[in-house]
Amino acid sequence: MTIALLILLPLLGLWTILASSLLNAAIGLAATSAALTLVLFSIESPLAGVFELSVCAGLITVVFVSAISLTSRYTDQEMAERDSSRRRRFFLLPVLMAAVGAAFWFLGSEPVLPQLAASTAGEVREVIWAIRRLDLVGQILIVLSGVFGIVVLFKSRKECRCGCEAKEQLP
Amino acid sequence: MNPSFGVFAVFSLLLAIPAVYYLIVGKNLIRILISIELLFKAVTLLIAGAGYFSGRVALVQSLIITLILIEVLVTAIGAGIIIAYYRHSESLDATRLKELKG
Repeated sequence: MTIALLILLPLLGLWTILASSLLNAAIGLAATSAALTLVLFSIESPLAGVFELSVCAGLITVVFVSAISLTSRYTDQEMAERDSSRRRRFFLLPVLMAAVGAAFWFLGSEPVLPQLAASTAGEVREVIWAIRRLDLVGQILIVLSGVFGIVVLFKSRKECRCGCEAKEQLP
Repeated sequence: MNPSFGVFAVFSLLLAIPAVYYLIVGKNLIRILISIELLFKAVTLLIAGAGYFSGRVALVQSLIITLILIEVLVTAIGAGIIIAYYRHSESLDATRLKELKG
């Protein structure tokens, strides 16, 4: 089961990159997230899986679809030029992936991981609240700076009656 | 067949290859952001596999949650920058970024 999901992941990644429209690429990314969620569940990381599914497959897809909806449509001529250019640039990608995969599969040696350290064992809540408490401060700071950045970036400019540009904040 | 950590490493590399390839040859800014997201997925897979096979599942889950948070903010800020650039230049072509003065 896990190996099938692992095989599915790069295939979905390839489809995401090679998808002809941006919307298909965003859907491909969401499907990759969903497959990664299943992998996380199968290796006993359900909390990370839930976050991956709700945030990456849900919220990030919404952000991408919103960004795509704010852009305009290609003309037929632009579409034809883009398609021929894409075929030229991306025909090597599946070959490269197959070659690298085969090389590592047959020639790669097994990496050795360090054994369990007692201080990092236990439940997720113990790790978050007792061992990695400083991470929470970092996460709060990241969220605040992200919100501040989004507010600044999404400010729109509005023409004044006098002709000058005045900034107005979006709700 | 039960996968080992080596299998996880190979598949995370395979997931990263199309993303890096697009970052090198791609031009569309939204697709570049999608490629960066795919790279995040590859790193998440690698970290999850490392945690599972070394017995540090709880620690790795807390790290993945932090990673996902950073991923969301990178996406949101990146999308904001791309839309601001699109409003300015009516284009999503990354090669045209070098025409800007700043």
